[in-house]
Amino acid sequence: MVKYCHYFINLKKVSIIDHQQLKKAEFKAGCKAAIPLIIGAIPFGILFGTLAPTSGLSVWATMAMSLFVFAGSAQFIVLALIAVQAPLEIILLTTFVVNLRHLLYATALVPRVAHLPIALRAFLAFGLTDETFANMSQRYQPDSPLGNDHQYAHYFYIGSIFSFYTTWSSATALGLILGNIIPDMTSWGLEFAMSVTFIGMVVPYVNSKAMLSATFSAAIASLYFFYLPNKLGLIISALIGVAAGLSVIRMQKMSINNQEKKV
Amino acid sequence: MNEVWLILGMFAITFGIRFVMFAFAGKITFPVWMQQSLKFVPPAVLTAIIVPAVVMPYGDMDISFTNVYLLAAIISVMISLVTKSLLKTIFFGMLVFLLLKLLIA
Repeated sequence: MVKYCHYFINLKKVSIIDHQQLKKAEFKAGCKAAIPLIIGAIPFGILFGTLAPTSGLSVWATMAMSLFVFAGSAQFIVLALIAVQAPLEIILLTTFVVNLRHLLYATALVPRVAHLPIALRAFLAFGLTDETFANMSQRYQPDSPLGNDHQYAHYFYIGSIFSFYTTWSSATALGLILGNIIPDMTSWGLEFAMSVTFIGMVVPYVNSKAMLSATFSAAIASLYFFYLPNKLGLIISALIGVAAGLSVIRMQKMSINNQEKKV
Repeated sequence: MNEVWLILGMFAITFGIRFVMFAFAGKITFPVWMQQSLKFVPPAVLTAIIVPAVVMPYGDMDISFTNVYLLAAIISVMISLVTKSLLKTIFFGMLVFLLLKLLIA
């Protein structure tokens, strides 16, 4: 009986706990969880700020892109397109294709945010970057240090966005300033910086036959369709790559099915 | 190019993609083939940007030992395979590129 009394008192204590405090704890934990990813992103923010003006983007547009678009890889790809004078429609179409993966992130998070007010959901959607999605996936793991009560987990989400947003925009600004101080950046061959950044991003993806055939087909197609007007070759090559990857997955499934039939 | 339209357009597209599922909270689902194809998109797009940039840096196909872009790109792929680190790949890849440029050009 005494044991149960004790339990009851504890329960009461729990209910007295300040909800503000819980929210703060989630927010702070979210800010902290973003730090390892932020450390990786800072050099890219700086690089973006440095490269953007050499690609032909104005200072304000560079800053506005980090502040309003807030999508690292799309921002870099758009720089590469601006540098080769691709038209606006192609740039926007590419932005669309490149950011489509966020649909998957959003789909995965829908059950977690569906109960929140629409304005808050809009805010959370704005900050749904690759990094914040990675943070949130950890938060919803059963072994999260913050426990399995997700009542205020959206404060964790807000914390991660806050950390990431402030760092990404400051890093962009810093890059713009650096680019200004050291003016002759283009003659250093900084256009290769973009290529090498993309290489470092692609190589880890290529871990299966399907990925290998997707990237290989995209590579060949990009040379074949290079002279198409308006940089259309880029979109076509990307689609060919995706189709190649998908068909390898299909073939692998078919051969597995056939083997099962034989057994 | 009109930069206002560029920023507005990129904002609308990026935010739209991120928000549509949250807005309709669970009322839309995707066919499996679409979910599968999405993971191929980033590497396919990036490859389609890199390859012409390094194989034809001045607008014409140049597969030779004097094309420092292509040489440095191939070495960068190897660096990436060995280090498995994006930042190291960028750092050493750039270093290789600048050295090659000094040596060959």
